Amino acid sequence: MDWMKIGSAVLILAMIIFLFPRAKQMLQDSPEAKPGDWQGAILPILAVVGFVLLLIVMV
Amino acid sequence: MNRLDYSVARPAAEALQVNKVIRNTYTLLSATLFFSALMAAVSVMFSMPPMTYLLSLGGAMLLMWFVLPKTANSASGLGVVFAITGLMGFGLGPILEMYLSLPNGTQIVGTAFGGTGVIFLGLSGYALTTRKDFSFMGGFLFAGMLVVLIGALANIFLQMPAFSLAISAVVIMLMSGFILYDTSRMIHERDSNYVLMTVSLYLSIFNIFISLLQILGLTSDD
Repeated sequence: MDWMKIGSAVLILAMIIFLFPRAKQMLQDSPEAKPGDWQGAILPILAVVGFVLLLIVMV
Repeated sequence: MNRLDYSVARPAAEALQVNKVIRNTYTLLSATLFFSALMAAVSVMFSMPPMTYLLSLGGAMLLMWFVLPKTANSASGLGVVFAITGLMGFGLGPILEMYLSLPNGTQIVGTAFGGTGVIFLGLSGYALTTRKDFSFMGGFLFAGMLVVLIGALANIFLQMPAFSLAISAVVIMLMSGFILYDTSRMIHERDSNYVLMTVSLYLSIFNIFISLLQILGLTSDD
């Protein structure tokens, strides 16, 4: 195993350890979505997916 | 009379504060993106070794976790933001060099760069014009990021290109969600800090760019 792999693994592991308490807190404290909220978020993200597919076809 | 004055003045003051945070965030973001691109160009010019990416990213993470929270409310926070973005830009050098050495590398890098810009401007424009509150996405986005990191950790050992492609696609979707979430925080959170907002948006842009590079590199005909 080369040093790049070991380094990447250490960096990602550090990110997981650092992010875990934040994610746990966010899951507990985030406000509930109101009806229609998710639709308002998913539509632009789907537009991004479509745009990325267009870029893939172009390159 | 006082009560009337207060009720009229408060929303106006809040709107001014929101506009100030948005203006400061985008000004600082533009400056840091320019500085980051400059550092990436320097790194490409000096043909930095691949380990540069990891070391720069590690240094930037340390600054983000341990220095930025203490300096975000002071003038030195600006210096820390430039140090973080400069390091991350410098770390991009070896990756850009690898993609630029491909037969259609210039096109891949150019498309990823332009595509990232379009995605960021489109999502920010959407969040700013609709003024929707995306704070409900916070838990989902952070939990999703954890899952992606665990997947990425596993793929270091599995080395599956299809899985790597899937991770990049999910990262783009999650970072798009983070752009909506952060932009809405600037509008709806009274005490949002433009230094922290800049770093958060910069990270989303950086991750979208890297993931787009990976997707376009893997799916390219050449």
